[in-house]
Amino acid sequence: MSIPSGSAWIDKSATGMARYNLFRGVNWGRLSVIAVPGLWLGIFFFIPFLVVFKISLSESAIAVPPYSAMLEWDLEEAYATFKLNFGNYLYLFEDTFYLDAYISSVKIASISTFFTLIVGFPIAYLIARSKPSMRVVLLSLVILPFWTSFLLRVYAWMGFLKKNGIVNEFLLSTGIIDQPLVMLQTDFAVYIGIVYTYLPFMILPLYTALEKMDLTLLEAAEDLGSRPYQSFFLVTLPLAVPGIIAGCMLVFIPAVGEFVIPALLGGSDTLMIGRVLWDEFFLNRDWPMASAVAIVMLVVLVLPVMLIRNAQGKEEAHS
Amino acid sequence: MRRRSLFLTITASMGFVFLYAPIIALIVYSFNKSKLVTVWGGWSLKWYSELFKNQQIIDAALVSLKIALVSASLAVVLGTMAGFVLSRMGRFRGKMILSGWITAPLIMPEVITGLSLLLLFVAMEGMFGWPAGRGTGTVIIAHTTFCMAYVAVIVQSRLASMDETLEEAAMDLGAKPSTLFFLVTLPLIAPALISGWLLSFTLSLDDLVIASFVSGPGNSTLPMVIFSKVRLGVTPEVNALATIMIAIVAVGVLAAMYQMRRQTKLSSGQE
Repeated sequence: MSIPSGSAWIDKSATGMARYNLFRGVNWGRLSVIAVPGLWLGIFFFIPFLVVFKISLSESAIAVPPYSAMLEWDLEEAYATFKLNFGNYLYLFEDTFYLDAYISSVKIASISTFFTLIVGFPIAYLIARSKPSMRVVLLSLVILPFWTSFLLRVYAWMGFLKKNGIVNEFLLSTGIIDQPLVMLQTDFAVYIGIVYTYLPFMILPLYTALEKMDLTLLEAAEDLGSRPYQSFFLVTLPLAVPGIIAGCMLVFIPAVGEFVIPALLGGSDTLMIGRVLWDEFFLNRDWPMASAVAIVMLVVLVLPVMLIRNAQGKEEAHS
Repeated sequence: MRRRSLFLTITASMGFVFLYAPIIALIVYSFNKSKLVTVWGGWSLKWYSELFKNQQIIDAALVSLKIALVSASLAVVLGTMAGFVLSRMGRFRGKMILSGWITAPLIMPEVITGLSLLLLFVAMEGMFGWPAGRGTGTVIIAHTTFCMAYVAVIVQSRLASMDETLEEAAMDLGAKPSTLFFLVTLPLIAPALISGWLLSFTLSLDDLVIASFVSGPGNSTLPMVIFSKVRLGVTPEVNALATIMIAIVAVGVLAAMYQMRRQTKLSSGQE
């Protein structure tokens, strides 16, 4: 960020008013440009979490809205009560159902993230090593499915994986199997769904990291007698680490809270926390419990978010 | 080197097959005559005519289009401001907080965003009487909020990669900040605004989870209708709908790709 050299700014810095230079003369215009998006996000993104936190501490009630008021007062009787209910959180840890759902979500998200990396890396690597005109074509091919509806792409896999679906028909006709495999409504289908839909989120940061790489490093490694696989593991892979971290976080974090994929591809025993929250809210209509589930889910995700911020910060410092 | 590049080509090609096989199968089966999705009964366009007769889907599509148009436009305005603030306004108090806020909606699980916005709307209704119930307005607010994050990131990276000399020259010539922004900066970042708008539009059209939380009765969006149809069972007209949507997107992406390729050729030819 270079400092503008316009005469209007020089006057201010010349008088040593560095503090006012913060607002570079256009205080109000500047402030409003900052304030509008800031306020919007504050009201519609930040405050909602406070509301969720508040409701997670209230009791479920048969009312509209279906939760108890935290503060009750009566001016004539001159009393006020302030109630906090930690029961929802206690229940989260008492009933192993919720704990299992958290553990299972993290497990499914981790395994899928790993496979997304395995599938995405060769594609990103191939694109980064192609000619510039070819890169545009290949990148567009990666992005094209991303632009088509997420829901419909998940739906496409239902037709692929079902008992008399295309994969089974193909395997039966080639004689590889003689009984149709049960693939739909299993965890396996959920892994496929996550790998498939989140693949662009893995490929793009990997591609950015690999494309920036200095190829002379590989030549140097070769000159020093390193074999291709050695150069790959000792030179390419370490240089791709920022891309790997960013890609894994971009896949892992939304995958933990995924709802659509387990709902359409998973079985009734596929336990994912996003789906538990959805059911708690829409089927059980227990808003306070759903809020508590959301708050704990946020806490589970804070650590990876910190990691990605850290990785981004490092990347910015390098470039 | 040769062996590895062959290995690379094979694994990467398998990756591309994995990306496209389900989509191609979906397109082919949208022309299937048979009602059974898996049995091939010959080519037919009947699911397309079924689709255009389905008033529920058409209504939902119109609701979705309206929401996507408004929220993409709002998201571009707010996201451009946010991106501009982050990359052109130097340091100010609260910048770290703002940049955190701007990127947070990108990675927040949709169920949490949806739930928290709904609970906010319910609480606001209780306190101020607004919004009275939920409808397209609340969905637009929700979609604008998460789309502006994408626009902000795109605008910010475009501004970061852009040479500041033109803006500095305009300032030296005495342009006011607002003149500078509208006459110099905005035309320079126009491609980022277009891609930000298109991305927001697509994301809004695509969103199921957040819309399910914050939309009111009678305001079902297209993904909500598709989701309930898919969950209930065999619906060949969904294949037809999917094919139409994929075709529209493909034409758009191919046009953009052609344009970008021409530009890279032009710029490499000049060098």
